[in-house]
Amino acid sequence: MKIQVHVTLKNGVLDPQGKAIERALSGLGFDGVNDVRQGKFIELEVAENDPEKAKAAADEMCRKLLANTVIEDYRIDLG
Amino acid sequence: MKSAVIVFPGSNCDRDVQIALRRSFGSEPAMVWHGDEDVPDADLIVVPGGFSYGDYLRAGCMAAHSPAMREVVKRAGAGVAVLGICNGFQILCESGLLPGALMRNAGLRFVCRDVHLRVENTETVFTRGYAGGEVLRIPVAHHDGNYAADPETLSRLVNENRIAFRYCDMGGDITEDANPNGSAANIAGILNEAGNVLGMMPHPERLADAALGGTDGRAMFEALAGKIAA
Repeated sequence: MKIQVHVTLKNGVLDPQGKAIERALSGLGFDGVNDVRQGKFIELEVAENDPEKAKAAADEMCRKLLANTVIEDYRIDLG
Repeated sequence: MKSAVIVFPGSNCDRDVQIALRRSFGSEPAMVWHGDEDVPDADLIVVPGGFSYGDYLRAGCMAAHSPAMREVVKRAGAGVAVLGICNGFQILCESGLLPGALMRNAGLRFVCRDVHLRVENTETVFTRGYAGGEVLRIPVAHHDGNYAADPETLSRLVNENRIAFRYCDMGGDITEDANPNGSAANIAGILNEAGNVLGMMPHPERLADAALGGTDGRAMFEALAGKIAA
């Protein structure tokens, strides 16, 4: 089963890279772009076929390694 | 007194630390490869700077889960002094030995220059060679040194006197201009609850010998070697 994990900075945590992207977009003439947040996308294939179990495993992976929950949130999508 | 240095693929300050320890401890530090769970007995374990595992995923995150670090976490729990410098600080945060996280510098640039630090707590095995409020000149060299923690953690660090160093100007004033990376409360180094684990972004080993242009870092290694009375 394919699992997709999105890791983003928590709301309220300043994202200087997102800000730089926002300024660059504005410099290219894209007006009205706000609140750009940069994150990570991680895709993995697991042997587990039960969606509940796969999601639980992915959740543990996120807490232990894939995300730093001090500053980041994560979202798990089953593919 | 015995010391050890954990060496990861991508460490690049391990030999500078080795030289500083050799000089202050008067004995050869054990250089321990990250894959080795067999960390020799030591009074001090240093997690050095560099770019362990190429900073993959997050700075320090891969190294935090290495076999040697699992042993370091156990030793820290048993009261052994653990010093994390730069990438070592990031590794200690990722391993859970220290609270908070080190984010990308607020200015987005790699910062490599001397900064000034004010010594905030001299009641530790790391800092008792310094005077309270003393201003040190120590280099930083990092891209991810922007210390972040939730407000509760930050107030605990303040209330429990666990901020060891803050970035300051030459006169010792804590100002926004003196903050090289956007760290909360100008934090340059913090202690764990028991006071036996210190993580700091600046590099004391890089100014621990007059030949390197300064000796402000040396008192930390001398204190850790037991050469400065408690």
